[in-house]
Amino acid sequence: MLNYFLKRFLQSVLVMIIVAFVSFSLFNFVGDPVNNMVGQEASDERREEIRDKLGINDPIYIQFFNFVGNSVQGNFGISYQLKRPVSVLIAERMPATLELVFVSALLAIISGVILGVYTGINRDTFLSNVILVISLAGVSLPTFIIGIMLIYLFSVILGVLPSFGRGEVTDIGFWSTGFLTLSGLKALILPSVTLSLFQMTYVIRLVRAEMMEILQTDYIKFAKARGIKKNIINYKHALKNGLIPVITITGINIGTLIAFSIITETVFQWPGMGSLFINAVYFVDIPIMSAYMIMVAFIFVMINFIVDITYYFIDPRIRIKEENS
Amino acid sequence: MIGKMINKIYDTDIGYSFFNSKIAIISSSIFLIIFLCSFLAEIVAPYDPFDPLNISLMDAFIPPVWSEGGNANFFLGTDQQGRDMFSTMIYGSRISLIVGFSSIIFAMILGVSLGITAGYIGGRYETIVMRLTDVQLTIPSILMALLVDGIARAIISKSMHDEMAIYVLIFAIGISEWPQFARVTRASTLVEKNKEYISASKIIGLSNILIMFKHILPNILRPILVIATIGLALAIITESTLSFLGVGIPPTTPSLGTLIRFGNNFLFSGEWWITFFPAIFLVILALSINLLGDWMRDALNPKLKKR
Repeated sequence: MLNYFLKRFLQSVLVMIIVAFVSFSLFNFVGDPVNNMVGQEASDERREEIRDKLGINDPIYIQFFNFVGNSVQGNFGISYQLKRPVSVLIAERMPATLELVFVSALLAIISGVILGVYTGINRDTFLSNVILVISLAGVSLPTFIIGIMLIYLFSVILGVLPSFGRGEVTDIGFWSTGFLTLSGLKALILPSVTLSLFQMTYVIRLVRAEMMEILQTDYIKFAKARGIKKNIINYKHALKNGLIPVITITGINIGTLIAFSIITETVFQWPGMGSLFINAVYFVDIPIMSAYMIMVAFIFVMINFIVDITYYFIDPRIRIKEENS
Repeated sequence: MIGKMINKIYDTDIGYSFFNSKIAIISSSIFLIIFLCSFLAEIVAPYDPFDPLNISLMDAFIPPVWSEGGNANFFLGTDQQGRDMFSTMIYGSRISLIVGFSSIIFAMILGVSLGITAGYIGGRYETIVMRLTDVQLTIPSILMALLVDGIARAIISKSMHDEMAIYVLIFAIGISEWPQFARVTRASTLVEKNKEYISASKIIGLSNILIMFKHILPNILRPILVIATIGLALAIITESTLSFLGVGIPPTTPSLGTLIRFGNNFLFSGEWWITFFPAIFLVILALSINLLGDWMRDALNPKLKKR
């Protein structure tokens, strides 16, 4: 068991080192960082002084160690474009993204499971077919088009929901939340629905397939033969096992939601990390880009690590395979 | 002659399944129409939207023909620069299709050659390639494409951006999609390589490269084709998303995503058609490819023969 965890852990560390190296190279080999800090008039001595201070004259491996050390402490340098420390910028914008992702994940999983169970149990009914056709269309609908359509319907035509921003936010220490005000909650509706739709279609298909498979198994047939009520079979015996893959897929979903939040945040001008990143790409603001890369990679690696460990406990096949090897 | 050919296609199992599936026929015809229109844009489109002679700011913001103030010269209306919507969409879909096809071919070449060699050679090389796909598959392809695009932007100087944008996009999207191909190819290669005809080829002394690409590859084309079709829809959506975010195709040669990006600015002032038509066009394009891919996956998979 320990062996398995250690292997996964080392793999995660390796990924982080690769990502750190890529963003380190970006920092060092793209453009001249000194030029980005001083004006045209700076003398050569002044430039050399800054070089020494930044440690650019050190050997590469020492620079890399310093970079990793700084990153671990959350020190990512100063944004070229906004002239403020990247760590402060990210800390400011993190709550917005995490709240959006959290609400979307809840929406996607709850509605996905309900619809998936329904379509899995009631196959070939009219409503099931409608749900499946919509979910297929959902895969072909790019996130930004869903967002634009929702804005047009609810903000432009009906005028009931705001189309941009977070509304009023309340500061609780280091965290600014939109959950506590009415305008904050209203502002959350459209972006979170937009973000969750794609994931929801995914959950529907997964749960549906799982339910259909379980309803064919022997223990369900046996339960039927014993004359147990249909509802109890469906919702007590079948559903319990049908939800196992949902637990593990949730982790991966959160990663995908963070990636897709970049799009949603741009459409709704949501002041989160995604819109910060897209602006950084647009203006080639390397400190923000590399910080975002490291942050997101870290979140992904963490999630995957947790998912792998959960699998180990839930799925006996992996345990047996690992113990035999 | 053509009748004979159709009969011949009809006799194959895929052909039979194709002609008996309404969804396959409809979606492939829609895709074919869009493909031909964009390919023959110079003939199909009523105006050349990139020729300044055809553009007049006086014609800007004309709504579609059926709404009030419409102009019969511009069936779907005009955009903020007075360009005919229909023509810009046709030209835009051409860019979207070029990027989509090129990036999926790039991903296919990379993924298939890595996958087939990994499956055939095995050993440590296989482990490394498969670990790479594992790592990359945990990152959503849109994020991967964004990161590669961002890095490329940092490396290429600003003045070169717009000229290089299309190649950067093809590279970024291609890189983000190769692991799917590598996985499927490797899995199929593992099955094929233990069959008798491969042992026979080895015994008569054929080179490994010949065995891999001439004997194994033709036998594992079916699953690769399915991945390529679904991947094409994904590549087109990724391209339009990046263009919508402003880091894709520049506005000088707009793709569908770029058109939607600019149209989006006029949504609130009531000029809905500038966003709406390119968006619908993109959805129809992606949906037709996805439906085709869905059909193909079922038709090429003997396990899924209809109950």
